Amino acid sequence: MSGDILRGVPPHAGSTAYINARIIDPTAGSEYTGAILISDGKIADFGPNLFASGAPYGIQSVDCRGFYLAPGIVDTRVHTGEPGEEHKETLESAAQAATVGGITSMVLLPDNEPPFDDASLIEFVARRARQIKLTNMYAYGALTVGLEGKELAEMGLLAEAGAVGFTDADHAVGNAQVLRRALYYAKAFDALIVHLPQEPTLSGGHMSSGLMATRLGLSGIPPLAEVMMVERDIRLVEMTGGRLHLAKISTAESVKVIAAAKARGLNITCDTAAPYFALNDLAVGDYRTFGKLVPPLRSESDRLAIVEGLKSGVIDAIVSDHRPQDQDSKRVPFAQAEPGGIGLETLLPVSLELVHNGHLTLPQLFKCLSSSPARLFGLPGGKLAKGAPADLVIFDSNYAWKVDRADIWSKTKNSPFDERPVQGRVMATIVGGRTIYRDDHFAPAAAA
Amino acid sequence: MPRLPHLLGIEGLSPETISGLLDLSESYIDQNRSVDKRRNLLSGRTVINLFFENSTRTRTSFEVAAKRLGADVINMDVATSSVRKGETLLDTAMTLNAMRPDAIVVRHSESGAVNLLSQKVNCTVINAGDGQHEHPTQALLDALTIRRRRGSLQGLEVAICGDIMHSRVARSNIHLLQIMGARVRVVGPPTLMPTDIDKMGVEVHYSMRTGLKDVDIVMMLRLQTERMQGSFVPSISEYFRFFGLDSEKLKVAKPDALIMHPGPMNRGVEIDSEVADDLDRSVIHEQVEMGVAVRMACLEALIGGRRNSVGAAA
Repeated sequence: MSGDILRGVPPHAGSTAYINARIIDPTAGSEYTGAILISDGKIADFGPNLFASGAPYGIQSVDCRGFYLAPGIVDTRVHTGEPGEEHKETLESAAQAATVGGITSMVLLPDNEPPFDDASLIEFVARRARQIKLTNMYAYGALTVGLEGKELAEMGLLAEAGAVGFTDADHAVGNAQVLRRALYYAKAFDALIVHLPQEPTLSGGHMSSGLMATRLGLSGIPPLAEVMMVERDIRLVEMTGGRLHLAKISTAESVKVIAAAKARGLNITCDTAAPYFALNDLAVGDYRTFGKLVPPLRSESDRLAIVEGLKSGVIDAIVSDHRPQDQDSKRVPFAQAEPGGIGLETLLPVSLELVHNGHLTLPQLFKCLSSSPARLFGLPGGKLAKGAPADLVIFDSNYAWKVDRADIWSKTKNSPFDERPVQGRVMATIVGGRTIYRDDHFAPAAAA
Repeated sequence: MPRLPHLLGIEGLSPETISGLLDLSESYIDQNRSVDKRRNLLSGRTVINLFFENSTRTRTSFEVAAKRLGADVINMDVATSSVRKGETLLDTAMTLNAMRPDAIVVRHSESGAVNLLSQKVNCTVINAGDGQHEHPTQALLDALTIRRRRGSLQGLEVAICGDIMHSRVARSNIHLLQIMGARVRVVGPPTLMPTDIDKMGVEVHYSMRTGLKDVDIVMMLRLQTERMQGSFVPSISEYFRFFGLDSEKLKVAKPDALIMHPGPMNRGVEIDSEVADDLDRSVIHEQVEMGVAVRMACLEALIGGRRNSVGAAA
């Protein structure tokens, strides 16, 4: 893909009209041809009839040529190497990858070195975001000190510094008492707790257990290790009246159990990551370490259940689960390889497969990618509303290309989707009214 | 027989390839039994035995095999504990590769490590056992031993017993025996059965009484306590009581059933000395003898004959 990241370009002083766009409004669940007016970095107006007879004189206007225009993607699960492992990814390189991927806000996981269990690190991320001036960047605070699952981190102070949620990233909290107290304590700050459900004592393996693991001679992680923890967590929410978001749901059983908990009115939400609806455990055949993820890629029937969970709305959001790993971490025997895959640049095209395959409508998809995650984390973007920040993505849903590690903006190239043919390409990314990415196929704004 | 680039596993080999290798092995048995054991088929070739995991038997067997064919053999024993894992695997491979060996024989404690290494070198790679994945020459030598005693593998009932979960020998044998038309049962405690092993086409038994019923071949496996994290069986004595092979448990097998073990044996753990040393039925030492012949055949098939074109081009 080729395009330009535009940095330091000041927003157009007046107003800009994006006309002739296929507008996706996930909140209203609608899709129509229309226009959107941006003033002072905010959405001033939008609709099918706006500027129907051409943009008024004196306003800069951009002809979207029928491309889709949607609220920018809000990716709530991104890991970078900064601070600690800058050779894998910096906040800057991650922000560039996000910008190219149509992601206008991202929430950074706290499992860095040092972990984000201190307010100064939340402030550090905010300061770097102001310097980098691309995608909006937010951070999680650690749920427990050192992500060790033992003592609660300073949730109040971290929230005050700007933490938008609390999690121990890919470490499940095995101790029920700790998570119980966290759920209670978070109520004082209306903080969102995000938990990766995976029973730790059953999760010592390297891939999902089953025929493939047995054939490859790799120790397996049983799929039920996930739902066991989901069930425990649901009881803790019931006990505490707290609010919990379950991360990276990957099995059919979990979807079933979460659906039932939601039906009972419990304050539980969940997300999945793109690999879990797009790949199954065949992707680790031949010991492909790029397919080693947490949780592990599951069977085809689990994958189909995740698609169903997105269709039915049981799964609220989709995340990239971006986790860069360098060659030294991946070009080793499978059991020794670090888990994780990059995903910022492939999140949109891989998610669009759900639309191309008829599982979701575009407004439904952008509910998962933009409006729901923004709402759950209390972030300002992710929606079309008068007065909301003009964080937008313009894309061509049909453009066919092949994921190629040579074209990746991320510092490391460990994409589980490497060499996958995909459809859909970002034409422009707009944050706070400012165009921060423009594809070569999308003409620069013509002055009216 | 089409020339193989590497021998990484049994899975995916054709019955013709396996028969071809066994036929070739057969031709070396007499040579190995004669006074003059050396040929010069691999004269000028270099074979490196690269063992990341301790092994005396397999390494010696490969060494003897290569030397009897006239190859130059270098042994590298790299204990995993003394090197930083992973990095060293590829670094070592690249370094050795630069010395232009014709074949590298590799053993490693991690499944898939030999496959990974084979992608980074341009000489022939022979898997001498990788983690819990495959140990192809062991399956071939087992097949040769059985074939010489029974004429063919077709239609035989074979029970593989014990620690299936941690065994690369079991996996390679399951593949080979099924490719060659034998029926395979796996017998052992449920905690030592890998998930979905039945989907590999084997019959699963948790009792030696049903598992050994009317079988032609009993293959015992070593209980791999070094690979076990946590408790798989309550105690050695309990394991021996229920899953160790003794003459009592053997009674339900066919009267002429052969007893096999890939070695090294834990006497009194998975096998009783009385049956292990039963000259009429135990073929355990024959297996070791066949091992040399099979490895000679593999070396000849992989790097013998015409000049190793891959190595020459590099």
